[in-house]
Amino acid sequence: MRVKLENLTKIFPNKKDSGEVIAVNDFTFEIPDGKLIGLLGPSGCGKSTTLFMLSGLQKPSGGHIYFGDEDVTNLPPEKRGVGLVFQNYALYPHMTVKQNIMFPLQSQKMAKREMMDRVLEAAKLVQIDELLERKPSELSGGQQQRVAIARALVKSPNVLLLDEPLSNLDARLRLQTREEIRRIQRDTKVTTIFVTHDQEEAMSISDLIVVMKKGVVQQIDEPQKVYDEPVNLFVAKFLGTPPINVFVGKIENGSLYIGEECVSKFNAPDQEVYVAVRPEGFNVDPNGPFSATMKSVEVMGRDSSIVSTHPAAETPIIRSIIASDTNVVPDANGKVHFTLKPYKTFVFNKETEERVISKE
Amino acid sequence: MVDSKQQWKAWVYLLPALILLAVFTVYPIINTVKISLLEGYQPLGAVGGEQYAIGFANFTKVIQYKDFLTCLKNTVLLCVLTVPLSCFLALIVAVCLNSIGRLGKLLQTIYFLPYVTNSIAIGMVFAMMFNIVGLTSVEVQGYTGTFEIYNIYVDSNGVERGYIAQSWGIVNNLIQAFGGDPINWINAFKNINQEGASTYVANITVMVIYIVWNALPFKILILLGGLQGVNKQYYEAAKIDGASRIRTFFRITVPLLSPMIAYVVITGFIGGFKEYSSIVGIFGEDMGPAGDGSLMTIVGYIYKQISSNSYGVASAASLILFGIILAVTLVNLYVSSKNTHY
Repeated sequence: MRVKLENLTKIFPNKKDSGEVIAVNDFTFEIPDGKLIGLLGPSGCGKSTTLFMLSGLQKPSGGHIYFGDEDVTNLPPEKRGVGLVFQNYALYPHMTVKQNIMFPLQSQKMAKREMMDRVLEAAKLVQIDELLERKPSELSGGQQQRVAIARALVKSPNVLLLDEPLSNLDARLRLQTREEIRRIQRDTKVTTIFVTHDQEEAMSISDLIVVMKKGVVQQIDEPQKVYDEPVNLFVAKFLGTPPINVFVGKIENGSLYIGEECVSKFNAPDQEVYVAVRPEGFNVDPNGPFSATMKSVEVMGRDSSIVSTHPAAETPIIRSIIASDTNVVPDANGKVHFTLKPYKTFVFNKETEERVISKE
Repeated sequence: MVDSKQQWKAWVYLLPALILLAVFTVYPIINTVKISLLEGYQPLGAVGGEQYAIGFANFTKVIQYKDFLTCLKNTVLLCVLTVPLSCFLALIVAVCLNSIGRLGKLLQTIYFLPYVTNSIAIGMVFAMMFNIVGLTSVEVQGYTGTFEIYNIYVDSNGVERGYIAQSWGIVNNLIQAFGGDPINWINAFKNINQEGASTYVANITVMVIYIVWNALPFKILILLGGLQGVNKQYYEAAKIDGASRIRTFFRITVPLLSPMIAYVVITGFIGGFKEYSSIVGIFGEDMGPAGDGSLMTIVGYIYKQISSNSYGVASAASLILFGIILAVTLVNLYVSSKNTHY
């Protein structure tokens, strides 16, 4: 089902100084039918609040939510037909897996036979049909997660909502489970919205990601596009591991400077800027225009990571990832020279932190 | 584990409590068992070196005694009537209190007040509320009430007057305000010829109301504590799952509270079998009118035996009470282990 958010706003009263906290500010977005959407942002950016407003557990302060053509803004959760998987799953501890999955159906006055069929179908989908008689306390974290998803899916919801679905799992299970979520979403074709603060998670399985900061949407696009074309410094910094390297620089007479070094031509008005370079955006080149004082080289199999320092860098160290067969030899001053890949180098205005594009 | 060299320290810390427990709990229990087995035991005689035969005569005396069955009936009836009712009401009140935001804290305090009030004092207040029959002078001419008029006289204005019995208790006043006849709730006499003692049903009704009211605060406190420990997300999940409030209550709240519910039921039964001071508070030492209306309980019976110097019988009765409480508690534990989620 298509989901439309229109100027969605949530304001919480602040008890301490009777002020207000704007958790979500004027969020407008249309989610196409059957897609998997990742809401991404640091904690406190309003992504969970958005999710809870979609579920109906929280009432928006302003704006509208549409499921299809129906305005559901004032509908209670039970009338919206949403499935919600809580961060810590919230499985009913006193019920067996079967009873947990059946619980949403029992509210719908359904024939016993049909209920059982649908419970089995949902359990098979998430591959827990062997565990139906167990109690949640007898399950591993990953199994509990699957039960929670089965419970959300069993009533064939219009929209499936997942709150930090992978945060309670260990690293290995996380990889496995996120593929699993992707598969289940493809199988059921239910419009799915999930919340995460882990950019890798969002990048790897989403059709579209929504990057949020302090209640304001920064960028909505396909994961690779958000990575390759960040609209502002925040988005550039938030996506990617290791994180992007940020330098203070300027544009002067059609040239881009990092510190005092001119690194490339750049056709834009003169201004103070931040230059952000992805770790994979460096090419070792003894004649390259950019140089940094080398600290160490970390070899990690396929890649090597050069750790170095630069006076104009915003962070104490800068990290560049190169193929491990590259020969890295610092010059007499202990400096290693690079050329920068233009499509991995982003320039942002220092005041607004918005992207500055070079005109061809 | 404590280092074995340190263990003597632990014993030193425990010593004061152990001494008090030994003197005031362990020794009396052993002594009770001993006395219950001595036939015709008299404390003064025992001090004087008298020897008593050992046997179960005290126990047979207790069981064969007609009043003991009355006591047992009263005790069991009070338990069966009050424990489920007070637990159910406490659950409702606790759930309501838990869902109130602002005045919740204040109301919690108000609901807890009876717990910190002396039960004899409350008993006397209840006695005032439920009865006190007094006399009121009325004109004989034109009196339409149902009471008999006694001691008719002619007053200084030449009007014929007489006395009728009149209830002053707030409960009876309420009943009269709604057009009903006042009921003799407790053992005060209905008329000035000292006729019409209160019935058993009236007596036990008063006691049930009093015990339930008195038992509520503790149970509310325990259940409220349990409710506050329940993760709010279960309720949110239930909302998403489309469960109605009533279904959420029975399928989520009650099972999650079941350990606390089991606790208040078990302690309720134990307290109920020891019911004594509340009845004395309302009905006085005789525990209700003599005969059919009597509310004598097992503990009351034990005290009565002690005051008539039958220590052996009293000891036997208290051991029987202990056995009953043990049996009921075991049944309770068995039932709750089947239905409790820990």
